[in-house]
Amino acid sequence: MGIKIDRDKCVLCEACVASCPNGALSSGDEICIDEEKCILCGACVNNCPMEAITLEKEQAAADEGSSGIWVAVQQQDGRPIPAALELIHKARELADIKKCTVTAVCPGKGSGFEKELIEAGADEVIFCISENMADSDDDAYARILIPLIKERNPETVLFSATILGRSAAPRIAAKLGTGLTADCTALSIEPDTGLLAQTRPALGGNLMATILCPGTRPQMATIRPGIFPAPFPDETRTGKAEYLRAGDTTGRGFEIISAEAKKESGGISDAEVLLVAGRGIGSARNLKKVFELAELMGAKVGVSRPLIDMGWAEYPHQVGQTGATVAPKLLISLGVSGAIQHLAGMGGAKTVVAVNTDEAAPITRQADHVIHMDCVEFVDELTRSFKERKEL
Amino acid sequence: MNIIVCVKQVPSSNEVRLDPVRKTIIRDSSKAVANPFDVTAVEAAVQIREKHGGTVTALSMGIPATEKLLRDEIARGADKAVLLTDRVFAGADTLATSYTLAKAVNTLGGADLILCGKMATDGDTAQIGPELSAWLDVPCVTDVIEIKETDDRHIVCVRNTDAGTETVKVELPAVITVVKNLTIPRLPSIAGIRKSLDAEVRLVKAAELGADPSRIGLDGSPTQVIRTFPQEKKGEAVKIEADKAAAAVMELWEEL
Repeated sequence: MGIKIDRDKCVLCEACVASCPNGALSSGDEICIDEEKCILCGACVNNCPMEAITLEKEQAAADEGSSGIWVAVQQQDGRPIPAALELIHKARELADIKKCTVTAVCPGKGSGFEKELIEAGADEVIFCISENMADSDDDAYARILIPLIKERNPETVLFSATILGRSAAPRIAAKLGTGLTADCTALSIEPDTGLLAQTRPALGGNLMATILCPGTRPQMATIRPGIFPAPFPDETRTGKAEYLRAGDTTGRGFEIISAEAKKESGGISDAEVLLVAGRGIGSARNLKKVFELAELMGAKVGVSRPLIDMGWAEYPHQVGQTGATVAPKLLISLGVSGAIQHLAGMGGAKTVVAVNTDEAAPITRQADHVIHMDCVEFVDELTRSFKERKEL
Repeated sequence: MNIIVCVKQVPSSNEVRLDPVRKTIIRDSSKAVANPFDVTAVEAAVQIREKHGGTVTALSMGIPATEKLLRDEIARGADKAVLLTDRVFAGADTLATSYTLAKAVNTLGGADLILCGKMATDGDTAQIGPELSAWLDVPCVTDVIEIKETDDRHIVCVRNTDAGTETVKVELPAVITVVKNLTIPRLPSIAGIRKSLDAEVRLVKAAELGADPSRIGLDGSPTQVIRTFPQEKKGEAVKIEADKAAAAVMELWEEL
C-alpha cells in the first residue's frame, strides 16, 4: 500500500507537486513525499503526464455472480418522479452495452405504473408496497431496499441524487459494505473491464473525477436529476412486474411529525427561467426591479452571496456551493462577477446570458451570450419590452 | 448530553488552474480550514450543551496538522478534541472514513448525539453522516435546517425534503447532518482561545480503535478515482450589443 514513484520514468516536471491539495510533495534531486501530509488521495497519480506515480492497493475480486442494473425509483404522491424515468432510460443504454437487464425497484405507497417504467427502458419492475410510507421517508426507503439487494445481488444500483436519494443510498452502501459515488453527471461502461465509470464534479465543480468500484458489489451511484434526457416512451417494449409487500417499517425510533410543502418564493432549484442578481445590481431597490421583471417573465430570482450578506435577499435565493444548485433552461446573470463558489451552483444551466459591465468577469467564461452593459439599465429595458408585449 | 461532532479539514480554496502547456492541474495547497458546515455543527452542539449540560467532543480523522483546527473548535466552545491520525487511515473513501469514525465513536464510549456538517466543501458527497449512522445502527436525519428541541431521549428537528420541509422526531442516539446556515458560529472568545492553547487533543491510532485493517484507509475503500480532468469550458460566448440586448433575450425566452 502506498504511493510509489518510478524514478526512471519521472522527469521532475513537478506536475505532481502542483496538484497536491496538501502540499505533501516537494522537488529536489527527486520528488519527495511528506508522509505527515499525504492522504493518499491520488491527485498526483492522475496528474502525472509520465505515468510515473502509482497508488498500490489490495484489491478484492468482484463477485462474479452479481448481474443486472437496478434503478431505485423515487415516488411523489404515488407516481415515479421524472428523474427516475431519465435514469431508467440511461440504464437501458448501459444495459444494452453490458447485455444485461434493467430492473426498476419502487419502494413506497404507489404501484401500477409498471407500463411507464417498462416503456422508459426497464425489463422488470419490482414494487415494494408500503401504504403508509411518506415519500420523504429515507429511513424506510433504505430499510426496504437493503434486504432485497442482498437477496437478488444486482451488479449495479443507481439512485437519483435528490435529497431522498442522497440520504438513503449512503445508508444502503454502508450496510452492504460497498462503494458509492455521489451526484454523478455522467455514466458509461469501461470498454476493457465492463465496470461502471461514474463521473462527478469535485472541488465545487472545478474538476471532474471518474470513479470505479472494482472489487465490491453492487456498484452504486447517485445521479443528478435533469442530466439525462427524459425518455420518449417506447410502446413496443415489454416486461414483467412483481408486487411485493414491504416489511414493517414502524417502531424504528424515527417519526415524521409534520410536513410543509415548498413555498413558492423559494424553490429556485426547479425554476425553468432564473434571473440571478449580483453585486452589480447596486441597491435593494434595484433588486426589487429584478423581482418585478421575474414576475413578468414567469421566472424566479436567485442572488449571489454578497446580496445575502447585505440582507437584500433571503438565503433560499442564494445560488452557489453553499446555497442552491440550479439548472434552469435559461439563466440571466445580472451584475454577477462569478466567484468559483457561485459558478459551482449554476453548472446545470442550459443557456446562460451574462449581463456585466466587466467583459472579462469570470461569469462570462460560463456564458453562452455576453451583454456588455449596466445590468440595471438592462433590467429596465427588458421590463419595458415585456410590458409592451403584454399589452399587445 | 454527550455530543460528538465530526470535523473535516478542507482546503480553503477549491480553485484549480490548468497548466496551459501540459494540461495538468495546479492547486493552491497553502491553507487548510475546518469545513464550514462542520463549524456550524460545532456551534449547534455547543448551544445544546449550554441548555442541557454535557460535553461536546470534536472528532476528526486527518493528518497530524489537523490538530490545530481541532484546537480552534475548542476555542469556539467544544470541550474536548480527538484526532484519528495514522498512516493506515490514508486513502479512505466515504465508506472507510465512516467505518473509522464509527469505530472511534464506540471507542470513546458512544454518544447521545452525533452531529456532522451536511457535506464537506471539497468532496461534496454528503455521505459521511448517513453512512456513519448505518455503521452505528442508529437513526439519521440529514439536511437539518433547525433543531427545535432535545431531551434526554429525543431530538426534534426540521429538515429539507424534496417536497419542502418536515419536522421529525428521532430517538437518541442519532446522527444529524446540518446545513451551513442552521446557526451562525460564534467567534472564539478570549477565554476559549486560552483554554484551547492548554487543551489536550487526544491522538488516536488505528490499533486503539480495534478496527478491521481491511476496512480502513486505501485498502478499505471500494471506490477508486481513475481519472481527473478539468470541467469542459463552454465554447466562445456570443456577444450581444447593448441596443439589441432586450430584444435578443426576449427571443431566447420565447424559444423555450
